[in-house]
Amino acid sequence: MTVISARGLVKRYGDLAAVDGIDFEVPAGESFGLLGPNGAGKSTTMRMVGAVSARTAGDLTVLGLDPDTHGPEIRAQLGVVPQEDNLDLELRARDNLVVYGRYFGISRAECLRRADELLAFAQLEDKATAKVDDLSGGMKRRLTIARALINTPRVLMLDEPTTGLDPQARHVLWDRLFRLKERGTTLVLTTHYMDEAEQLCDRLIVVDHGRIMAEGSPAELIRRYSTREVVELRFGTDRNADAGARLESAADRVEVLPDRVLLYTDDGERLLEHVAREGMRPTTSLVRRSSLEDVFLRLTGRSLIE
Amino acid sequence: MTATRDELVAAARGPRRFGWWYIAEHQFRQMRRYLWVVVVNTIGSPLLYLLGIGFGLASFMTRPIADGPDGPVSYLLFVTPALVASAGVAVASDEFQYSVMMGFKWRRLFWGMNDSPVEPPQIVTGFVLAVAGRMLFSTLAFAAIAVLFGGLGDPWSAFAVAGAGLLGGMAFGLPLLAYSATITEDKGQFALVNRFVFTPMFLFSGTFYPLATLPVWLQWIGWVSPLWHASEIGRAASYGRSPGSWPVGWHVVVLLTLCVAGWVAARRVFVRRLRG
Ligand SMILES: Nc1ncnc2c1ncn2[C@@H]1O[C@H](COP(=O)(O)OP(=O)(O)OP(=O)(O)O)[C@@H](O)[C@H]1O
Ligand SMILES: [Mg+2]
Repeated sequence: MTVISARGLVKRYGDLAAVDGIDFEVPAGESFGLLGPNGAGKSTTMRMVGAVSARTAGDLTVLGLDPDTHGPEIRAQLGVVPQEDNLDLELRARDNLVVYGRYFGISRAECLRRADELLAFAQLEDKATAKVDDLSGGMKRRLTIARALINTPRVLMLDEPTTGLDPQARHVLWDRLFRLKERGTTLVLTTHYMDEAEQLCDRLIVVDHGRIMAEGSPAELIRRYSTREVVELRFGTDRNADAGARLESAADRVEVLPDRVLLYTDDGERLLEHVAREGMRPTTSLVRRSSLEDVFLRLTGRSLIE
Repeated sequence: MTATRDELVAAARGPRRFGWWYIAEHQFRQMRRYLWVVVVNTIGSPLLYLLGIGFGLASFMTRPIADGPDGPVSYLLFVTPALVASAGVAVASDEFQYSVMMGFKWRRLFWGMNDSPVEPPQIVTGFVLAVAGRMLFSTLAFAAIAVLFGGLGDPWSAFAVAGAGLLGGMAFGLPLLAYSATITEDKGQFALVNRFVFTPMFLFSGTFYPLATLPVWLQWIGWVSPLWHASEIGRAASYGRSPGSWPVGWHVVVLLTLCVAGWVAARRVFVRRLRG
């Protein structure tokens, strides 16, 4: 069953097309990602799907309903984790969940029952009566996710769930989202971290300037737009370009970045040997597997995070 | 897992009908947090004003400055309904400035509500309802304390005087709410509102002396001031209409007009901002 279907979706703010004609479908149970740099139109797309921003043009249905006419019906089935937290910092953690559950018309008793369950899920049992203001960034984010689950949503929408968190906090959060995925919750998430997209998304679209650049599973995208391996060499800022030019023929593709040269190849070790034979001496060298970052670089000529 | 259209429609029926109440609940829960501030304010400020005016200022004011239907009235009687109304206006200026900034910007609470099934006009209704609750609590408490001080002609008029304060507070507050909701960046606008709207209104609305004593070119401030209209309604309820004053119905119409205009504008601004 298709949960979200967008065709030719457009959102214009004055002259700016924040979302410029995108198509995608999300089936139930899938974990679907929007990967793109700042200003790509990820949040704008999420807001249209979340029935809080009217589209300028195109077709959009969520759970078979049109957001223009059935906003409350759609939102009743969604859990939303916004890009910027909007918890009530003065209330206690549990009260935040209860108050939010009431917005959905869930009885207070039921809200309390679910709140305890969700606090346990978010590993915040011992913070139930703590003021939200006193929680760490990662805990606040987990509380926001718990809050988004209070109405047992059919779709959980997460806008940059781990931006600004330290690696440890990100892993805790990923683990929670992974569990939801295993339970069959449909996830729609945006991110500009490719490792996050690789970890969490079954399928994703790469978005830039409001347009879809590519679509597929992380593995498919890497296969289609990159090589198996990447050799990263550093020669020093002023020598990278020369070295890149010299190695042009030895690799499938060469990208010269300000701080390093990327050589795309299916056999990194062999390429390294070639570099040595040529008598080139990089200050550091590294062979790694291709990632979505490389896909993005290939598609747009830019890095995801500057 | 798959839901029929009817099931989806049924699930949103509660919020479609009662969304405004869920929002009001949240607001009341927040007020509980600063309940003691509200209570101390609500009881403390009438005590201060009435003690200061009743025992201080009024003892100088031996020459009556205002008339009721049966001749001159005491200064305390004249001033009390205006003080009750300004208590309503004070709540409005508090809640409809800072809590609005909290909602849109500082805590982004309105955005959270907006992602739920509740619609922006319901957010306005729930928020206004909660503020009205707090306002009525303040004006009623003020009027009740005033009765103890002999500040109202007819003790039973306390309810009408408090109601006039509520109406005046909302007539001032709802347009203010609409304005506050347009503010995306705090550049000291509230300080300007307080200095150039709130304070002049307090000083030139016939609060401490009859409006007619002002030169005509200043009297217009009173005519557009919710505080003056609410005070006049309160005075009429407390000791009767002064000769030559406006009929109470006119004041009510002015205040209701301001309320409705503010309400409609606030709904528009909320929808535009939350659903842009
Ligand atoms: N309410 C608005 N009014 C005008 N322009 C807007 C509005 N919201 C977004 N935009 C513009 O639309 C474009 C896309 O913004 P959007 O927030 O969707 O990007 P994003 O992919 O979520 O970026 P980020 O990673 O920074 O969150 C940006 O250029 C942004 O400035
Ligand atoms: Mg964004």
